[in-house]
Amino acid sequence: MIYVEKFTFRETGVIKLEELKRLNLLPPQERLLKGPVAILECPEEIPCNICVPFCPSKAIQMESIIALPKIVWDKCTGCGICVAVCPGLAAFVVDISKQDADYVTIPHELLPVPRVGDKVMILSRSGEILGEGVVIRVWERNKTYVITIKVPKGLGLEVRAILSKPLK
Amino acid sequence: MPHIDRRIYEHPIITFNRGKRVIFYFEGHPIEAYEGESVAVALYALGVDVFSWSPKFSRPRGPFCMIGKCSSCFMTINGVPNIKACKYPVREGLVVERQRGWGLLAKSSILEDYKPASSEKIETDVLVIGGGPAGLIAALTAANYDLNVVIVDEHFKLGGQLLKQTHKFFGNVELFGGLRGFQIAEELAKKIALEKRIRVLMSTIAYGVFRGGYVGVVGENAHYIIKPKALIIATGAQEKYLDFPNNDLPGVIGAGGAQTIMNEFGVKPGESALVVGSGNVGLIVAYQLLQAGVRVRAVIEILPEIGGWFIHAAKIRRYGIPILTRHTIKYVEGDVRVRKATIIAVDEKFNPLPGTEKEFDVDLVLLAIGLEPDSRLAIQAGAVVKYMPELGGFVPVRTRFLETTVKNMYIAGDISGIEEATAAMLEGKIASLAIVSRLVDTSRSSKALEEAEKVLKFLWEEYRASPLLLRAKRGKEAVTISINELEDLRKKFPSPVSFG
Ligand code: SF4
Ligand code: SF4
Ligand code: FES
Repeated sequence: MIYVEKFTFRETGVIKLEELKRLNLLPPQERLLKGPVAILECPEEIPCNICVPFCPSKAIQMESIIALPKIVWDKCTGCGICVAVCPGLAAFVVDISKQDADYVTIPHELLPVPRVGDKVMILSRSGEILGEGVVIRVWERNKTYVITIKVPKGLGLEVRAILSKPLK
Repeated sequence: MPHIDRRIYEHPIITFNRGKRVIFYFEGHPIEAYEGESVAVALYALGVDVFSWSPKFSRPRGPFCMIGKCSSCFMTINGVPNIKACKYPVREGLVVERQRGWGLLAKSSILEDYKPASSEKIETDVLVIGGGPAGLIAALTAANYDLNVVIVDEHFKLGGQLLKQTHKFFGNVELFGGLRGFQIAEELAKKIALEKRIRVLMSTIAYGVFRGGYVGVVGENAHYIIKPKALIIATGAQEKYLDFPNNDLPGVIGAGGAQTIMNEFGVKPGESALVVGSGNVGLIVAYQLLQAGVRVRAVIEILPEIGGWFIHAAKIRRYGIPILTRHTIKYVEGDVRVRKATIIAVDEKFNPLPGTEKEFDVDLVLLAIGLEPDSRLAIQAGAVVKYMPELGGFVPVRTRFLETTVKNMYIAGDISGIEEATAAMLEGKIASLAIVSRLVDTSRSSKALEEAEKVLKFLWEEYRASPLLLRAKRGKEAVTISINELEDLRKKFPSPVSFG
């Protein structure tokens, strides 16, 4: 079946994987299977290029300040600096190369800040609770916490937020 | 006296360093507050929702904008009525009262002691009205070329609306991109403090522009008559209001007002909120409410699409906050504060669809339906203005260097049409450089012009090239005129004042 679907993220506030793919924002499957890599969920031509100068591997390219960011997938080391600096909290690192579990690195700016080893609720792009994850790394830059969570295999491309306890 | 404590003690982004404790009196009760707070915030923190009762129908009134633009926080302070409590810093021993109807000047001893303030005359190169992003950058730019500058600001702290922005800025690193709004305000304020050529008049209001190129400025015990060679008006914007039953109930607050309460002063604006409008302001405030520990029930949007940027929407969606497009607010209910809000779906023509009502138990309804340029002073000075829906309302017609039809009177920032802080800073720079080029010797003048052209090019051709900024860009194009057109307008609508 061939059909061209209209982007719906401007109506829903939730971007689909195939939309990310069509915009060249999703790493190719081979790259995903090689190890941690960044995904910039930044699909609109907003005037921003903060991630470009901060990437230590010079992996992010942008033709003008309003262009969409483009990652040279093989240069990206999955270091997570972009996760910390992106003002839109739109950068994530995923690692779906491991057998036992997937790993997701997300920006986090809510209290409480979880600690390594904590079990947390894992949420999808639409806030749906997908299950439980374990925090394996936490670091901070100008009050944006960068948190890596181990999540059940298959959820690496879905988990985009965590909560230590349910919101009121 | 209600005994609630709405102060925020733990926040993921901001550390609230509260000042010295002071005691003031609210209707006879001693109230604890912290230096650096406004009277309005100190009362709100303790659960005071009603600040006055309206003159005609005695309806309760609470604060709305928190930045001195709406007058819904009028109180009687030390016997003087109609004081904006949101702009009045707490002080030991203040006597604060609510007004029922029109405020009356008390014939108390406090007033008998009042002496009229003496007037100070100030001559300066550049007068900047408004200490927000546009004004501060304008002032620093002019001082950098050795011009003398006076900044007038209504608040008791510099930074304008940057003070309440906790998110990191976009743009690029040279434009403070990556820093949080309040951090930018801090940086700019520090630079201003180091500039000997800049004089700052805090807690003062420019009340009028007068023949001969004088600007009248008044503070609590101070009066200034300022004669600048050039004037930059950077007065920003005010929040728009929306029509629905009971929209005057305390708890219906401007989104920006809520940001001031929670992010500048560290006080929770409420427990449970509904946000009306999904532009960037609505989306950002919803996220900030979450950070402040306020429950956000929904963001509603009358259009079929989200108004703001996707990334801001994604930030709240991932915590499960719904964004309900094609919905509007029907009414709110409550006695002295909002208790419940009812929303309703609309059809393609924005007609409400009966039977689709939904109720939310909320004590906070935030209006984020847009901003309106604060062009009052420019209009009073006689600048030709045009109504531009794309820009939020009436804006002065201007050249690309941001000079209005009043000679040597410039505008910068939201007064020129609503954009955001980065564009405001760029405009402040352009206006200031244009003034510099007129006031300094030829060699430095051409350098300033060159710099201005560079900023203009970046602003128009790169920054505003974003399709998400297209509406504002079109609006700005429509009110930007050539020098010849400016001269024609000046002949047709001569202003009684000019500067220089
Ligand atoms: S994860 Fe590191 S290397 Fe990869 S794009 Fe982000 S900053 Fe660059
Ligand atoms: S820093 Fe974030 S918002 Fe800015 S361009 Fe990069 S991914 Fe997009
Ligand atoms: S003027 Fe104080 S709340 Fe608007």
